[in-house]
This record gives sequence, C-alpha cells and structure tokens, in this order.
Amino acid sequence: MNRFIVLWFAVGLIGFAIIPWYTTDDSFWSFVWLTDGYPFDADYAPALLQIFVHGKIWLAPLILFFLAVVPVLRRDASGQQQARYLAIAGIGGLAYLFLQGFTIGIGGWEYAALESLFGPVERQFGLGYGAVLVAGAFLFLLTQSFAARGYVGGDLFVAGSIGLIITLIVAFVFFPVSRILMSAFQDNDGAFTLLLFAEKISDNKIWGLRCISENVSCGVAWNSLMLATTVGFGSTLLGLAFALVTTRARLRFGKAFRVLTVLPIITPPFVIGLAMILLFGRAGVVSQFMDWAFDIEPSRWIYGFTGIWLAQMLAFTPIAFLVLIGVVEGVSPSMEEAAQTLRADSWTTFTTVSFPLMRPGLANAFLLGFIESMADFGNPFVLGGNYGVLSTDIFFAIVGAQNDQGRAAVLAIVLLVFTLTAFYVQRRWVGKKSYVTVTGKGDSGLHAALPKRLTWAIFAIVIPWTAMMLVIYCMVMFGGFVETWGRDHSFTWRHYAEAFSITSGEFGLVWTGSAWNSFWTTITISAIAAPLTAAVGLLTAYLLVRQKFAGRLLFEFGTMLSFAIPGTVIGVSYILAFNIPPIEITGTGIILIICFMFRNMPVGLRAGVAAMSQLDKNLDEASLTLGANSFTTVRKVILPLLRPAIAAALVFSFVRAITSVSAVIFLVSADYHMATAYIIGRVENGDYGLAIAYSSVLILVMLAAVSLVQLLVSERKLGRRSATTKPAGDDPPGQKKIGAVA
Amino acid sequence: MTIKSNASPVLFDTVTKAYGDVVAVDAISLSVAPGELVTLLGPSGCGKTTTLRLIAGLEMATSGHIFIGDTDVTKLPATARDVSMVFQSYALFPHMSVSENVGYGLKVSGIKKAETRDRSQDALDLVGLTDLGQRMPSELSGGQQQRVAVARALVLEPQVLLFDEPLSNLDAKLRRRVREEVREIQQNLGLTTVYVTHDQEEALAVSDRIVVMRNANIAQEGTPRELYERPADTFVADFIGDANIVDAQIIAVDGDDAQVSIGNLTMAMPHRNAGPGPVQLAIRPEAIHPIVIDADNTGNGDGGSLSGTVSKATYLGSHFEYTIETALGALFAIDPRIDAPVLEGQAIGIELASRGVTIIGDRS
Repeated sequence: MNRFIVLWFAVGLIGFAIIPWYTTDDSFWSFVWLTDGYPFDADYAPALLQIFVHGKIWLAPLILFFLAVVPVLRRDASGQQQARYLAIAGIGGLAYLFLQGFTIGIGGWEYAALESLFGPVERQFGLGYGAVLVAGAFLFLLTQSFAARGYVGGDLFVAGSIGLIITLIVAFVFFPVSRILMSAFQDNDGAFTLLLFAEKISDNKIWGLRCISENVSCGVAWNSLMLATTVGFGSTLLGLAFALVTTRARLRFGKAFRVLTVLPIITPPFVIGLAMILLFGRAGVVSQFMDWAFDIEPSRWIYGFTGIWLAQMLAFTPIAFLVLIGVVEGVSPSMEEAAQTLRADSWTTFTTVSFPLMRPGLANAFLLGFIESMADFGNPFVLGGNYGVLSTDIFFAIVGAQNDQGRAAVLAIVLLVFTLTAFYVQRRWVGKKSYVTVTGKGDSGLHAALPKRLTWAIFAIVIPWTAMMLVIYCMVMFGGFVETWGRDHSFTWRHYAEAFSITSGEFGLVWTGSAWNSFWTTITISAIAAPLTAAVGLLTAYLLVRQKFAGRLLFEFGTMLSFAIPGTVIGVSYILAFNIPPIEITGTGIILIICFMFRNMPVGLRAGVAAMSQLDKNLDEASLTLGANSFTTVRKVILPLLRPAIAAALVFSFVRAITSVSAVIFLVSADYHMATAYIIGRVENGDYGLAIAYSSVLILVMLAAVSLVQLLVSERKLGRRSATTKPAGDDPPGQKKIGAVA
Repeated sequence: MTIKSNASPVLFDTVTKAYGDVVAVDAISLSVAPGELVTLLGPSGCGKTTTLRLIAGLEMATSGHIFIGDTDVTKLPATARDVSMVFQSYALFPHMSVSENVGYGLKVSGIKKAETRDRSQDALDLVGLTDLGQRMPSELSGGQQQRVAVARALVLEPQVLLFDEPLSNLDAKLRRRVREEVREIQQNLGLTTVYVTHDQEEALAVSDRIVVMRNANIAQEGTPRELYERPADTFVADFIGDANIVDAQIIAVDGDDAQVSIGNLTMAMPHRNAGPGPVQLAIRPEAIHPIVIDADNTGNGDGGSLSGTVSKATYLGSHFEYTIETALGALFAIDPRIDAPVLEGQAIGIELASRGVTIIGDRS
C-alpha cells in the first residue's frame, strides 16, 4: 500500500521542484526549454525556483500540503492515519492549486478587491507540465485516502480510476460548459447582469414568430426546432421503411441495405450538403438539365429549409435505420406466429402486434434524429443561406463580425436546453420502455411477411431514395474529377493535383499539395486521440458495468450528460474556458485531442458497456478469489476478452475524429488545421472541386480503416465462439452505437 | 500428490449483509471446523449464496465479524483472502488454455514458472485431466470444465474451499458421479469446504453438516441424519425430503417416549421435550403403508386405526405414489410394493411405521 503513496509523493515532488511549472509557448512535445535558460529562466523555472527566484510566493503554501504526506510515508502508518493525512494533502493541495490559478492570471490579480487587499502581484501563465504532475499526485493521494477509508472495498485501482475520470469530466466538460453559462450572464466588460441576460434570451432573433404572418424569417430557435422535428419524423419513417425492407420483405438483395449502416460513420456530415449543391444548386447538374429541357430557371431553392432538410434526411436516415433494424429484428417472431395462429391476417398482425411492439423503438429513433439535427453544423452551414439555425448562429456570433460572446453563450444555452431535454426523455423514458428482448433462448420462428399494400408503399419510398443516395455518393466520388460544375464538365486531375501533389525537388520529395498540411495534422491528431478516447471510454465502461460504488448513479449521469452537448456548444465553451489560465491550451494540438477525447468517448463507452455486459461477472470474481487484484484482473482477464471491442473503439474514435466539424471549427489554428475545417473554408470560397476531391479522399481513408476493423472483428468471431458463458449479443460492438450527437 | 491442505476454521459472528433496506443475511452466527464440509441449503433467495460470497470477500458484511483461521477478514477484499471458489458457471477464462487457467492463481501470486507448471499438472492429475492441459475450455465437456474449475481452486491450497451450486449445470446422471468425486477429494485432502446448493438430496449426500437457511436466517443446522429425523420446524421437515405435516395430540409422556394420538390412532415416539397437548408431526411418505381392507381385516387392532380413500395412484417404475384422502387431510405416500397396487377410489386402511414419524420442533 505504501509504495503507492511514496510513488505519487515522488511524482509530485518532481513536478514541483524539477519540471517547468508554467505552460511554454513552444509545442507540447518541444523540449527547447531544456537548453534555453532552464532552470532559472522565468518561463521555464519549476515551482520551487519560481517561489525563491521569481517572487511567486503564492506557490509556497503548496509545500505545506506536501508536508502533510510525510507522516504516512512510513510503512507502518495505519489506514486511519493514511485516510486523514492524505485527505488533507489531496483536497487542500488540489483546491489551493486551482484557487491560485483562478485568482492570479496573466495580468496579476483577477479581482480588483484582492489587489487592494494584498497589493499587486506578478503575473502568471497557465499550468504546465510541472503543475499537471503535482495535480495528478494530489489527486491520486486523495483517492488513496478514500481507498484507505474503505471506499469501493479499499480498491486502489478502482478508486484511482473513478477519481481520474471524474476530474477529467469536471475539467473538460462541466467546467467549460459552466463557463458558457457564466458568460451568458456577463456583459462585455465581465460584470454580471441579469437584465442583459433577460434581454438577450428573449431576443426576437431567437424567438421571433413574425414569420407566421409576414414574409420575414422566424427566430433561430423556431427554425432549429422546426427542422429537428421534421427531420426526426422523416428519418424515422424512412429508417423504418429500410429496416422493414431489409428484414421482412424476403428479398435476396435485402441484406445489401446493411451497407447503409457504414455510411454515416465514414461520411463527414457536410459532404451530403455539398453534393446537394452540385446537384440542385444554380450550377447543379439537375438544375442545368431542367433549364435546358424544360426552361425552368435555376433558382436558389436548395439554400434554406428545404435544402438542409433534404441533406439531413440523407445524412441521418442511416442512423434511424441502425436503431430500427435492431428493433424490427428484436420483435420476437413467435409473437407474430401466435397472432397468426389466432387467425389474424398479415395486415392485422402487423397493425396489432408487430407495430405496437416497435413503438418505443420508433420514439427512440425520432429523438436521436432530433438531437442529431439540432447539433448538426455542417449541413446548415453549407446550405443554410438566410435560414439561420442555432448551431450556425453560434458560430457566426463568435467568428463573424459580431464577435459577441454573450450572444453565442445565450444561443448555446438555448441549444443545450433543447438537446438535453430530448436526451433526457430518450434516456429516462423511451430508452427503458423497450419491448425488444434478447432472451438467449433460441427463437426459431420466422418473421411474418409484410402485408402486400405496405410492401408496395415501402418500395415506393425506398427505391427512389436509394437511387438518390447512389447518385449523391457517385457525385462525391467523381465530382473531384470535373473542371467546374455546371459550366465545364471536362475531366481533370486539377483538384487532386492542387490538394495532394507531391513533387520531387532538390531535397527529395516535397509535399506541395495545399491539403497535405491539414491532412497529416488530421491523421496525427486523430491517431493520438483514438487510443486515449478508447482508454477513457473503456475505463468508464468498466467502472459503470463492473463496480458498485457510492455515487455511481451520479457518475453515470455525468458521463451520459456530456454526450448530449452539441459540438458547437463544446467548441464555444472550450474557447471561453481554455483561452486564459489556469488551463491555457487554445491554439494547441492538445485542445483538439482533448476535445476529441470527450466528444467521442461514447464510442468507447458504448462498445465497452455492450461487450462487458456480455462477459460473465463470475470471471472477474474468479480472478479475484484466485488472488489477482482488480488491476491484474482487468489486464489479464477483461482486456484480452474485450479485444474486438477495443479494436472497434480505436478505429471508430479515429474515424469520428476525422469527420467531426462542429467543435473543431472553433478550435483549429494556423499550426493545427484540420481537414474538415479546411474543406469548409474551401466551400465558403466556392471552391467545390477541391472540397469534393478532398472529401472523397477522406471517405476512402476511413472506409479502409473501418473495413480493417470489420475484418479483424469478424475473424475473431470465427474463432472461439462459445468462449463466453453467455450468448453473444446481437450487434457487433461499436457499429450500432451511433446514438451520440455529431 | 503434492496438493496439500491448509484447512482452517471459518467463523461467522452475527454477520449481517443489507442492500439498502433489503436484508440478505440477518445476523448469522456460524462455524465450520477445519476439514469439515458444511452445506448451505435453502430455497432461492434465502441468503445462502450471499453467505458464501461473504466468506469469499466478494460481498462485504454490513455488520458483524468473519474469521478465517485466527484472522479477522471482515474488511479484507477477495484478493487478500486465502479462499478459493468454484462458481456455478465455472467461470473458466475462455482465452486461456486449461493449464493456464489452473496456473492463473499461482502466476498472479508471483510463483516461479516451473513450479507453477508442476503444481498445475499435479492439480490436473488429481481431478483426472492429466492430458488435457493444452485444450481450451470450450473444447471440454461440461463435466470436464467442472473439474478444471475444481483443479484451479485446489491448486492454491486454500484455507477454505467454496462451492456455489457446482453441479447445477450438469445432467442428472453426471451430477451423482461428480458429487462423489468432489466429496472424495475433499475428504482425502481434509479441506475445509463450504458448499451451497438448493438440492436437498445433493446436500444429504455430500455434507458433514447441513445449515438450512430461510429468509436470511438459519432455520436449523445439524448432520444430515439429525435434520431428516429430527426437524426443528415444519419448514425444515418439508424441505429435507418430503413430509406430510399433520396435527396430533400428546396424551402422555412416559420416560423418553410420548403417547401420541393421530386421528383415532395412537402410537409411541420420542417426545423431543414436548409436553402433553397439541403438536405437529412430520410423517415421511415412505412411512405410510396403505392396506387394502378385506372383510376380515379392519385395521391393526391395538392402537385404533387410520383409514382413507386413494384419490390418485401413479406408477413410477420402482414404486407407486399415492394420494390418500383421510380425516387428517390428504396424505402423500410412497409404496415400493408394485405387485399389489391399490386402485384409485379404493377405500384403504393405513399403517404407520414408527421410523419416519416424528414430532416437529425441539422445545429444549
């Protein structure tokens, strides 16, 4: 036990006395500081020298908290002593570390009152490596204190993991979001004012309803709500149609529709919108054809509600399909067979048995579509025209000429309230009211065939829609080879050459294409973020599925809550929160990595929860009774058995990091430019050829990654299938888990 | 054979386990002697598995103390207790071979590779799986998997060995064989063993002592014979074997025996500290002998007689089962005399064997 205390005590001391305390201007991996004035330079000095050489005496009290650990470094310190002293060190150290960080900033005291009380102080920057080590040390000493008190059965590993996850979520989800809430109540000088907030939140631009009577646009909140509701309904209906065709129509090619499930994973969200412009925009193929054949003047009808709606329908129907195919398959055939033996014909069976059983699933799909549409940024951005929705208005409030953080914050709050409400309803009400059960007993019956009329109706929807999907993806794949859409349809390599050319120069190969920079940044950042995302997600899943601890429900609620926050809101909140000390990381690659970690954590979490719920809990217990501790158990028993889930979590976090737009667009910088942000920029300039070319390259890269993992996972399944003691579940891990917000 | 025994006693001192308001184990005190096999027997939900998991350290006691040997292990997690458990599902690690499974506990305790290998092999020899070390668990039959689970638990030479319904996944015939093997290994090695089951026949077959549990409490504990022949209450009488519970009257107590009147029949049996007055009797089905009433045979004369009508007769190969309607209520009887069956609807007399009829409860 004491080895652990000594270890973290040492880590803390190293962080305090040896490693630079503040963030440096250089990149995270740069070690310039080692040769550039360290250890005495004010920028690079460790805390100890900051106190004695640079007069930052407010760091001195941290020493006291280190001293509190000393009495329990002895081997024979009792659990009670550990609990007491480590709690003092942990809570006190962490609290003081952040308190001083928040009160003393780049300009000295943050609060005028304190300055008049204590006199002026030196300025200080954000917390750096040293501070991170010290914070980590205090955190784990604190969790050790909890463990010594008997929390989670005195298990160090579990207590430490819980502490770590909570700290991360508080720091990188709750803190930034609360920052948004605060800035909504502040005026531009930072003073708190309720009046201004009331004025902003009741703004006509948000809630205006004059569009009903006059020909002006409605408030953005109504626009968003309208869009999300119609998209939710539409995508649910279409998804159901596709699910029925795939599972019930007894078509030979029905299975092919399952390809649909992969599409939303590998398609950056705005690509559909882009393809729509190439088809129906003023210079679009269809518009031009209509003009030529029927003299219908090309118009801008695609920009606005109709266009966004169409694009979102195309983008989110596969998600509804994903949810509903499970629901449709999950309705036990024996129920339908029972109805039929009771003399119901196929129409009656469908309307009285099958459909009612699917109803909770339909509500679920609707809410997911609703949330996705609310949170979508790419399509409204590309196709919005004058039709503003919340997510795009937030962006323009921050980035555009307005630069009004307060307005962005207020809009973000409105958006957050909408998505959280939908999310809450989905989790608490619909999510649990499912009739679909997988009992593990063989259910050998056959699903009832669909009634004839319904079949035809479904075909009438599904076939044109499929055709449109095909056309859209063809556009994306081949659009990059066309000179200029609508005007000059001659074949060209120009766009690919501009983006991805490589010339062999004097010093070997030179990556001259304009896209290479953002491409490699994207791949690198995503590759770094993927294992971290998977690790955090799987660890959280382990805690949720396998451990019972006080506050577990709250913990679950906290992790779940972070999923429902739209990307634009996260983006704005990160800018507001991490621009200034104590955590000062805007403009770095770290902020992107952290953003991906917490936005994509659901991928790892859901894959982990699904896979772990299928592992017999007795396996862990057997390992524990055989003398392994929980860390060894995780390493030797759980992780090896979760290998498919890990692979899935890794690849899907990687792919999602590549496709994400909404949060990223706020966080990119000159040094760290991401592919999606680059493409969006090209779209803004009307450079569709390059944008499409770049998108298709991204899609191919991601398709390769996803195929790879599918191959690995399915190979694993062929092996020892009967391995687990419980029947394997219904869906491959990671694939069905799209419920999260884009 | 190098598998040794480190048998230690187990002691429960008023141990309670509660989940919120639900009490799963209610102030139980219990002791298991070194080398003894004690069975926790009871219907599902009675707290027997929770009690077992409390010994293993997989559940933590809400109050009370648990000792293994001389050590108070109440607060120790499973990892730190010298206890092994055989799970109902076996819980073999599916990604490890049989010998890796058996050697797992040694490996994580930091035992050297060579020794781990030798001791695992010894354990496999002991359970008769000498050549199967390289197989994967999924390539074994249910009975073989069960034995691997036993070997994996034995190889650590634990102070206490725990079984959680180990036979419930085996078919009926295999169950009898495996339970005999388990009992044999336990007796040869002299292991302290706690065994959970809901099957009373299994409990009678393997135990030195049985603890019958009901609603988070101990209903009665004793040797199999004590429980069967001297049940403390109607629950135990009914749960261990079948029993007809009937009301009766003690007329007089005379030395060790009591004169008991059952309907219009009077018989003598051990008084078990009951005084004159109303009592309940447990009558085992095999103690009831139906007698076909002929014209010249109207019962057994001396102590009066019981009579009734057979309402159901079922042929079961080795014996007949009868349901007999009597003045005492419906009685369930087993009769091995299959050559002279009684027909349904026939009026009969009833004889009671003195062994198999007992006063319920011990008022000492």
